[in-house]
Amino acid sequence: MRMSKIVRTGANLLYPFVIIFGLYVIMHGHLTPGGGFQGGAVVATAAALVIVAYSYEEVADIVRKVVMKAQESIGLLLFIGAGIAALIVGGPFFYNFLANSGLLFGMPVPPGPNPGDLNTAGVIPIMNVAVGIEVWGGLAIILLYMLSGLEKEGS
Amino acid sequence: MFWNLPLFAVVALTVVGLATIVLKKNLIKVFLGITILESAVNLFLISLGYREGGIAPIYTNAPATAMVLPTPQALTLTSIVIGVATSALLLSFAIIIWKRYGSIDIDKIRRLKE
Amino acid sequence: MKKILTAAIFLVLAAGLCTIPIFLTFGQPAASDMDRYFIEQGQSQAATNNIVTSIVFDYRGFDTLGESIVLFTAVIGVGLMFRSLKGGEEYEDE
Repeated sequence: MRMSKIVRTGANLLYPFVIIFGLYVIMHGHLTPGGGFQGGAVVATAAALVIVAYSYEEVADIVRKVVMKAQESIGLLLFIGAGIAALIVGGPFFYNFLANSGLLFGMPVPPGPNPGDLNTAGVIPIMNVAVGIEVWGGLAIILLYMLSGLEKEGS
Repeated sequence: MFWNLPLFAVVALTVVGLATIVLKKNLIKVFLGITILESAVNLFLISLGYREGGIAPIYTNAPATAMVLPTPQALTLTSIVIGVATSALLLSFAIIIWKRYGSIDIDKIRRLKE
Repeated sequence: MKKILTAAIFLVLAAGLCTIPIFLTFGQPAASDMDRYFIEQGQSQAATNNIVTSIVFDYRGFDTLGESIVLFTAVIGVGLMFRSLKGGEEYEDE
């Protein structure tokens, strides 16, 4: 069930740009509209483009099921770990302990409208990356399982 | 009648979604009707938080300071993701039914068991 | 006869739902003390420019945790339906 040559060439040229745009939407979630869920859906669109353009036997070596399953589990564990790290430092569960301090993402924000700075917003960019990795793995796994279950029938 | 246009769109989408679920015979079209009904509910949630003359609640290069309410937008994000999870499970059911019975017409699926 | 009855029922439903846009005030929300607190204090407490992201991940992060678990459960359900049974049997009850 391969597509024609135009579709394959288009998918070959387009998927790096879609992945870079999705990673930009994930990383700048605290400055512009976007965030974890939206950026993860955009990156999963790049995986869906490659899966649709080629047949399933060619794609199963590139986008493997084991890698996507591990990616989804690591994303959820990182999200919970960011909440437990606040329990270790001192304070309630999911406390934003990096905001307004001097550590990794902790520069204070001047009040009112301002051009944004990437260094702000505490533990929120870490949670954005974790949720983005989880949504990317989850949506790619759903597509791969549905396609393999459909092609095993044969008709 | 044109100042309330999002709310009239909600009513139109709800009626179209309900009519598709009740009246159609193909299984995939029934699942599309469920998706249309969820889109109507999400649009209703967002249009409850509109303040006249407001901008999006983001402070990066903001031209003004009167903002719309941000809480319904946060709840709608969760609702959209739950809609995606429901659609994925429904379409998996459709594939399993097609493999077992050979057709996805809801009149034929009921009678093939005996 | 059946088609006219079906169309009449759906027209009555649409007319009954049309009381929502007529009697709801669109531009003035009713009571918004919580949102005024989020807009004014969000930049100093959560240190972001994006108020919606600070609500989703900082003020109400517990709901986002529940939503991640719902997405994970859906992926587990899809993976469970396409498994291959071993031993040569097709279905479990035959």
